[in-house]
Amino acid sequence: MTALDRTARRHRWDTRFAPYAYVAPYFLIFGVFGLFPLLYTIWVSLQQRSLLDADGASFIGLDNYQVLFADPYFWNAMGNTLSLWLLTTIPQILFALWIAQLLNRKVRTRTLFRMGVILPNVTSVAAVTIIFAQLFGRDFGLINWGLDLFGAGHIDWQAGTASSHVAIATMVVWRWTGYHALIFLASMQAIPPSMYEAATLDGARNWQQFWRITVPLLRPQIIFSTIIATTGNMRLLAEPLLFNPGTAAATGGSDRQFQTVALYLYEQGFSNWDFGYSSAIAIVLAIATILVAGLGYLVTKRIQTD
Amino acid sequence: MTAVLDPPAPAPPAGARGRARRLAGRVAGPWVYAGLIAVLAGSAFPVYWSLVVSSQTPDAIDSVPPVLVPGGHLFENIARVFDTTDFALALTNSIVVSGTITFSVVLFSTLAGFAFAKLRFRGRNVLLLVIIATQAIPTELGVIPLYMMMSEFGWAGQIHAVIVPGLVTAFGVFFMRQYFERAIPDELLEAGRMDGCGTLRLFWHVALPAARPAAAVLGLFTFMQAWNDFFWPLVVLVPENPTVQTALNTLASGYTTDYTLVLTAATLATVPVLAIFLLFGRQIVGGIMSGAVKG
Repeated sequence: MTALDRTARRHRWDTRFAPYAYVAPYFLIFGVFGLFPLLYTIWVSLQQRSLLDADGASFIGLDNYQVLFADPYFWNAMGNTLSLWLLTTIPQILFALWIAQLLNRKVRTRTLFRMGVILPNVTSVAAVTIIFAQLFGRDFGLINWGLDLFGAGHIDWQAGTASSHVAIATMVVWRWTGYHALIFLASMQAIPPSMYEAATLDGARNWQQFWRITVPLLRPQIIFSTIIATTGNMRLLAEPLLFNPGTAAATGGSDRQFQTVALYLYEQGFSNWDFGYSSAIAIVLAIATILVAGLGYLVTKRIQTD
Repeated sequence: MTAVLDPPAPAPPAGARGRARRLAGRVAGPWVYAGLIAVLAGSAFPVYWSLVVSSQTPDAIDSVPPVLVPGGHLFENIARVFDTTDFALALTNSIVVSGTITFSVVLFSTLAGFAFAKLRFRGRNVLLLVIIATQAIPTELGVIPLYMMMSEFGWAGQIHAVIVPGLVTAFGVFFMRQYFERAIPDELLEAGRMDGCGTLRLFWHVALPAARPAAAVLGLFTFMQAWNDFFWPLVVLVPENPTVQTALNTLASGYTTDYTLVLTAATLATVPVLAIFLLFGRQIVGGIMSGAVKG
């Protein structure tokens, strides 16, 4: 065999197999630690299985689901999840539109303002929740102190269902609004100014231009943000867990006032070690998230230009 | 959770940038500035307040009216955090976890992204579709089987259990692929092949140098995400071997509510990402505005 032959063969071998070698690490690691657990959850959800009895896994069909649908704690958690979804997603999108619209002017020190807007998003959920939990504290919290100044009195934020939901929603909105605002801003900058100039000549006021031109042209980004916010907000866990840390952490308050489905999953899986039941919760949560995201999609799709 | 539109485009020529500036719209009036300053204050306040509390003595917290300026007790509070909990171990663990994950995600994403963008192979489109599809699924849903696997391997409680599942991300692969599509012309690679370069040399000498800007943005976001990750470390680690975030949880769950101590720890947990943010704020804003990243 000549040297040239050998080079050609090596070359063929190289172009044929090298690509697989390059993508293999991803698929190997993701397959084992990402995809497999995801699919295996379905199987575990059909079993009676607990950590405390490792070899005692037994197939029980849909029993976990049957128990789940009759479980008042699950429905309580589902209600809380939907309430928090509403309280977070809608303000997030509206605030973000408003902020993006402010940033979409000729603003001096715009880098400073853009960084300020996104600052909450780079902070950790654990730190943020702990900080906000103190701000919302009953006795020495800054927010109650502020309410007191206006004669609004003290609120025991953690104790009530509505008040705790408002407090948790505040943290989520605080942390994520800037992210959506920057996404909206990027698209706003692509809108040609001539559209606004024409509208001004037609006598359209600023807010009319905003609702009739800006918002409809941003429809794809609004749909995107709604879906992203929905998938995130339907599985809130760290915020309710850390809002009232201590013995009542996994139950989301002494009376499960703010236990989300994700937190209930955590409680069943990692305080009660009931893996089968917990997996069933995971599956139902996934399905609920898809349904709610679909609903959000249908609503935001209706935004229209005249 | 990750979501993708596009990674940062290769820098546009100066002319295009000038045009973008002219398109930026109307001049801001006083109300716009008032609104923006209010937003800025609202964004920064909780972080600032946490810093204020961590520089005060514990009894300053319940004073009326509340103290709103930093005091001089920051270092003694930091010392208390390190005395009360094994925060040094938590910091070391977090650095090892985030550093390893960042390095690995950038490396494997660059490799796979290059293959998907620039090499031809059978099954390429199907595999890419798999990656895009899996991006939408929250991996937390598989947390029970993942935990069972880790106990089976004897990794529960150890930081491998946090590192290994984070070594690759679908987002990273897709992100780098999008970048390579636009950043490297096919002719350049063909010329390299004519000169007898193997695929590995093309990757090393052509793709890797070109990938630097995108790899830097990916690395930045990966590090912040890994540093801030809470749920999976909480599940798989034990309080005796924490990351910074799970150490915060343990500290906050204690029976004594020493706000000063807890908020000092929260401040410490935020400092590394805050430092990155102050250094690379412009790139971070750019990365998000190109629709690229979601933590």
